[in-house]
Amino acid sequence: MNIVIIGQGKVGSTLTEYLINESHDITVIDINVKTIETITNTYDVMGFTGNGASYKVQVEAGVGKADLVIASTPTDEVNILCCLLAKKIGAKHTIARVRNPEYSNQLYFLRGDLGLSMIINPELDAATEMFKLISFPSALKLDAFSRGRVELAEIKIDNDSALDGQILSQLYKKYNLKILVCVVERENDVFIPGGDFVLKKGDKIYITASHAALSQFFKAIKNYQHKLKKVMIVGGGRIGYYLAGLLSASSIEVKIIEQDEKRCLELSDLLPKCTVICGDGTDQTVLNEEGLNETDAIVSLTGIDEENMVISMYAQHRGLKKVITKINRQSFVGMLNTVGLESIISPKIISANRVLGYIRAMTNSESSSLKTMYKLVDGRVEALEFEISENSEVIGIPLRDLRIKKGILIGCIIRRGQILFPGGNDTIEKYDSVIVITNNKGLTEITDIITK
Amino acid sequence: MNYRNVLSILGIVLFAEGILLSIPLLISVIMHDDCILAFGVTALSAIVIGLALSFARKKTSDLTAKDGFIICGLSWIILSLFGALPFFISGHVSSFTDALFETVSGFTTTGSSVISDVEALTKSLLFWRSFTHWIGGMGVLVFILAVLPLSQSRTMHLMKAEVPGPKVGKLVSKLRFTAQILYAIYIVLTIVEVILLLVGGMPFFDAVVNSFATAGTGGFAIKNASIAAYNSAYVDGVITVFMILFGINFNLYYLLLMRDIKSVLKNRELHVYLGIIVLATAIIAADIYSTYSSVADALRYSSFQVASIITTTGFATADFNQWSNFSKTILVVLMFIGSCAGSTGGGIKVSRIMILIRNSMREIKRMIMPRAVMSVKIDGKPIDNDTISGAHSYLCIYLLIFCASVIILSADCFDLTTNFTSVAACLNNIGPGLSMVGPTGNYAAFSDISKIVLIFDMLAGRLEIFPILMLFNLSAWKK
Repeated sequence: MNIVIIGQGKVGSTLTEYLINESHDITVIDINVKTIETITNTYDVMGFTGNGASYKVQVEAGVGKADLVIASTPTDEVNILCCLLAKKIGAKHTIARVRNPEYSNQLYFLRGDLGLSMIINPELDAATEMFKLISFPSALKLDAFSRGRVELAEIKIDNDSALDGQILSQLYKKYNLKILVCVVERENDVFIPGGDFVLKKGDKIYITASHAALSQFFKAIKNYQHKLKKVMIVGGGRIGYYLAGLLSASSIEVKIIEQDEKRCLELSDLLPKCTVICGDGTDQTVLNEEGLNETDAIVSLTGIDEENMVISMYAQHRGLKKVITKINRQSFVGMLNTVGLESIISPKIISANRVLGYIRAMTNSESSSLKTMYKLVDGRVEALEFEISENSEVIGIPLRDLRIKKGILIGCIIRRGQILFPGGNDTIEKYDSVIVITNNKGLTEITDIITK
Repeated sequence: MNYRNVLSILGIVLFAEGILLSIPLLISVIMHDDCILAFGVTALSAIVIGLALSFARKKTSDLTAKDGFIICGLSWIILSLFGALPFFISGHVSSFTDALFETVSGFTTTGSSVISDVEALTKSLLFWRSFTHWIGGMGVLVFILAVLPLSQSRTMHLMKAEVPGPKVGKLVSKLRFTAQILYAIYIVLTIVEVILLLVGGMPFFDAVVNSFATAGTGGFAIKNASIAAYNSAYVDGVITVFMILFGINFNLYYLLLMRDIKSVLKNRELHVYLGIIVLATAIIAADIYSTYSSVADALRYSSFQVASIITTTGFATADFNQWSNFSKTILVVLMFIGSCAGSTGGGIKVSRIMILIRNSMREIKRMIMPRAVMSVKIDGKPIDNDTISGAHSYLCIYLLIFCASVIILSADCFDLTTNFTSVAACLNNIGPGLSMVGPTGNYAAFSDISKIVLIFDMLAGRLEIFPILMLFNLSAWKK
């Protein structure tokens, strides 16, 4: 596909990196000459320097022939203008990054008139992700398929866990729950396990199940954590604002610590239910005085990765139930895992993955349409949800007769709202949603899972 | 430095050369000449060694800019070493230095020869000699980028190291397609020239090899009298036009294909390039009118010679060594200007000279108005300071190499014109110079040391100095 990316900041360059790996034709535009030079030297892309919202630059960069234009400059207004212009010049789809809370609501309202195919708001995406983690604290990470009917949860097997040494097939029998372990991350290896796989302590596993089954499972293995009631947010930026709104709406007590007095005033106006504290969140005495010990969870959201790491490590040390860290630089993530910080959120990665899922889904085929896509374990495994159309080749064939490729697991089938963990005799029927877990990248339709 | 990746790409280059060598081998087999063994041994060893080296590649590692330069410099040296073997093994060229000189002169599209009787060579060797022009013209690494899917993202460094010009860009977002488009244009233009030469009554073999030599702006002729041997105004005309066409930036042909005629017509480098050709042709025609006594003939010979020198091809239809000093001086000046950036020609390049002149003008204006802020613009776009300082350092090193080479050559005790123009002809990839190395002379008389210096000059000129210079920089070899 022919894709033009305007603005090569955090989100833009992450998208460039991801999309080039999916072998699309990428053109990038940025106002900074040096940025373009670095990008064109690093990736196989075409670069243009200039204002991406100008007609001349867009025409020169071939926006007229583009299948998709993504505007991710630092300014919302410029992004909207870029997309409007691109649409007028002839781009088929446009995606704009809009992150000002004042615009984001009305944009869903304006989306049709502006011709935007999608709006990305990395801060809102990140806040939603964090909200999911706080509302279901047993999991390290939680993704949903089929509008929440099926959850994909990541958990770590602790030293004294009941799961240590369990064989998967016996595990399913023992608890008699409808769950499936679909990915196991062990040190640097990733497995898509079969029934005879043995779990070990230190593994991180991904489980698909319904929400109810998942809660029961966590209770059964005594890993269940009750709902968190008090959350402390350090840093009152955009993510903090979105997150505090989401949390207080589900009646969780929120305390925001923010250094800037003016911003504190703004926040207290915008979020009447939350307590806003003006102080330095990196200062231990401030954290202790504001009741870190009585808090269930802390979310470190300052603008500096290092500060977030230190705050989280301190909170971890004080034994908080849930510690969430925001990190921009991806290279730190591996390091953080070694010091025991597991819930790490990187806004640019979340947004980039959303866009990637959207682009995959754009290439809809006759046999199926891609509904959702998640990248797991640093993108080494993908979890995809396909909706099967009426005339797909795979319909009605028992799974054991489908010649399914290596490294592909059919996680579950959702048929008329019911979750099914298929065996060899089961078939895929029309209108089913099929969740596929795979380490073969680049699947775009259901027929990609069978060898031809 | 990433030795394994460098080795593997060198292996691929060598493998490609082995495959390309099979064409003259085929000719040799058909013609039953004495070069079958020479080509066979060379092709086979290139393929075997190339394949062996290409397995050295590590999966996860990227190419840096430095690797790009080193790969580029080394590939050209390896190509030349293997390319020289057929001449040497077959015994048609007795010394290996001479064989290497001839091959480097071929790959770098120079066209300087040490062989005094070209017509005595076998057809397969003549073909290989001209074929090296064609391969070297667009570049070996570009060829490999077009053919093989090198999965690394950073292969742009390879293209930047090999394609001439102050700034190298892509045509389309994928490097592989860019390389394919460039080669497609190159092949089509070459085929058109072959057809036009056939129409003019040239034998098929001659048409093909002469087209190769024109396309690469090389200049190896297969007759002792160069193109003059055909004694046809039509052939002169076709070759003149195609020499000029191959000296134009290939990006413009792509723009033409995209029907963006406006940008092509507005291209300043093209204006200046064509302007220089027209002006120089007119001046020389006026000067040599007395010798040829007809306006048509004067124009025919002057335009051919001007096109041949400015595009750095080096074909000859007249012995311009006999022309007046004024005409000869103009030709020497043209040698240094060279063709457009992004073409197959050599020289300093029109666009680089434009940048240098415009920057100097700006400095002069700044002396008058010290507080004025001005940018150097080409085609209405400002040129960034890195490109300008790049052009300056290029010119500086170019002049240093030039002086050093002339000094070393002068040890052979030939006259200054010979020494000066032979270095100019080699460093700018032209071929013939003046005096002893004029269109009727050759480079055979130089000592081996001088020949090695000229080999270095030819490689430095084709690769625009830096990749070759990088090989002598010890710190570049560190891991």
